[in-house]
Amino acid sequence: MHKTISQINERIRDGSARVVTAEEMPAIVAELGEEGALKEVDVVTTGTFGAMCSSGAFLNFGHAEPPIRMERIWLNNVEAYGGLAAVDTYIGATQQSDTREDQYGGAHVLEDLVAGKSVELRASSRGTDCYPRRTITTDLLLENLNQAIMCNPRNAYQRYNAATNTTDRTLHTYMGTLLPGCGNVSYSGAGLLNPLSNDPHLRMIGSGVPIFLCGAQGMVVGEGTQHSPAGGFGTLMVTGDLKQMSQDYLRAATMTGYGVTLYVGLGVPLPVLDLDVVRATAVRDEDISVDLLDYAVPSRSRPVLRKVNYAELRSGSIELNGEEVKTSSLSSFRRARQVAAELKGWVEQGKMQLALPTRPIDAKKASRPMHQSTQGPRVLDIMDRHVVSIREDEEIKTAAKKLLKGETNHLPVINAAGILVGIVTTFDISKAVANPGKAHLVQDIMKTKVITAKPDEAVDIAVQKLEQYNISALPVVDPEHRVLGILTAMNLGKLFGGRWLK
Amino acid sequence: MKLLVNFSRGKGRKPIIAQVVRDTGVLINVERAVIDSSEGEALIDVPDDQCQLVRDSMVGLGATVHILEHGVSLDESECVDCGACISICPREVFTFDRDWKLCIDEKKCVICGKCVEACPSHALTLPV
Repeated sequence: MHKTISQINERIRDGSARVVTAEEMPAIVAELGEEGALKEVDVVTTGTFGAMCSSGAFLNFGHAEPPIRMERIWLNNVEAYGGLAAVDTYIGATQQSDTREDQYGGAHVLEDLVAGKSVELRASSRGTDCYPRRTITTDLLLENLNQAIMCNPRNAYQRYNAATNTTDRTLHTYMGTLLPGCGNVSYSGAGLLNPLSNDPHLRMIGSGVPIFLCGAQGMVVGEGTQHSPAGGFGTLMVTGDLKQMSQDYLRAATMTGYGVTLYVGLGVPLPVLDLDVVRATAVRDEDISVDLLDYAVPSRSRPVLRKVNYAELRSGSIELNGEEVKTSSLSSFRRARQVAAELKGWVEQGKMQLALPTRPIDAKKASRPMHQSTQGPRVLDIMDRHVVSIREDEEIKTAAKKLLKGETNHLPVINAAGILVGIVTTFDISKAVANPGKAHLVQDIMKTKVITAKPDEAVDIAVQKLEQYNISALPVVDPEHRVLGILTAMNLGKLFGGRWLK
Repeated sequence: MKLLVNFSRGKGRKPIIAQVVRDTGVLINVERAVIDSSEGEALIDVPDDQCQLVRDSMVGLGATVHILEHGVSLDESECVDCGACISICPREVFTFDRDWKLCIDEKKCVICGKCVEACPSHALTLPV
């Protein structure tokens, strides 16, 4: 048995369509069987509500008198794109205010407009014969705009990897606050309610398909940027009319230490045409697994600590290395449910009919990393190879002499086997001299917790370490912890010689 | 009842909390404390009926004492029920109810402020 999209739309029109949410579907299939569920259910609604950074809107302001061809544009001091000629712009959600930093950004401008608040437009131009005006400042409401069309390049991630942190300090990431020593796990996604997880082969979701977008009736444009369904990370590009949107499903937010983002509520209604749709929409939280990644590693490929599914994540805690670790969501399951429920209401009341994709989305695509034609500077390119070190069993006086002679402020301390065991600075020596006590040897005053760099590490990673730990030098070590060189703030000056600036 | 005690350590470095415990006989629970060479701040928990006694005794020893009627507070109009605060909180102040709505148990709060920073929606504020 199968149904056609026109049969389903006919039932929607006459009010007899049976619509359920993706959360209700597993139990229905368990009770009625797949055939029974196909007969019974016409539409399954999905929903998700989470931080979707890759969002924004095209705005058209209409022409001023005399007219202006805007080149640089700000909305409430948040810069918007000025390369669309005359009076169009695109405001991106993560763009931060020139004056309020991460406390206000493009996402807040969008929320303020939707909330009916007035937003100040400021723009400048060089002036042309046809557009003589050079500057304009005006207060605008959403209703004053000709168009306000949300168009989000990358929304509705099929799933998202969970995050934790094995370092000994708190990390602030786009996955929220990650406590030291794997103190918590953070995750995102609506699990069994997620649109793409209910149609992983992208049979029903594609260009032109009607959706719920922030409370408005929107549409799928096509595949989203970074769409990578081969590994279970499909995305969608979506659009909808900002003027029809509601603050309940569109919220600006700030991830401390990361920046501004936009919470988007998005749902797709899926027509139950055949058994494959029934099976796909019967997906449960325990069927959807993600990797738990260690955000301690500041690299594109972070180590996977374990696999974890949404049922475990939503239970409130998971087991990691024999310990219970609390989990937190960044997306809201409550609002994801509300999206699916509201969408269900729309279809039941005949407010939204369904459509099949006018153009399919590739369900096997894998996204590739950036092609980098030039390698950025690495630590070994700029480190000081003539490093003066000292043995742990030498006298403090010797260390002082070495520091003077070597014209350096940092002495890596090594043991008899040549392994790095500590570091002493001019400050440590001055302190030992100013407060003479029992300390005679370098090992009595050295710091044993040494922050180091690897020779093939990117300089930017080393700079991040210098900043985070508020230090001015990093011994560079090989895998056996032998000192190969030292990177100091002075070496960083080499970067400004122009050699690496291209 | 929770009390926020601030004291300067300039005058003779008195062991204020220990002194008050001895003088009043009230068992003070120190929930959080930051003490450096010149000043200190401690959040203490005492039984409601002995709150006034402890407070007067502390003030007598030169400390400033604020009675904290409230823990962290939640602005429901800003909260989107994401739950980012849940795993950040050291005291299990936040939980989800059966409908995945965020619930807050103010009494458990030790006003450490970790959740305020972690909340993407600016929905949490500290009382002082």
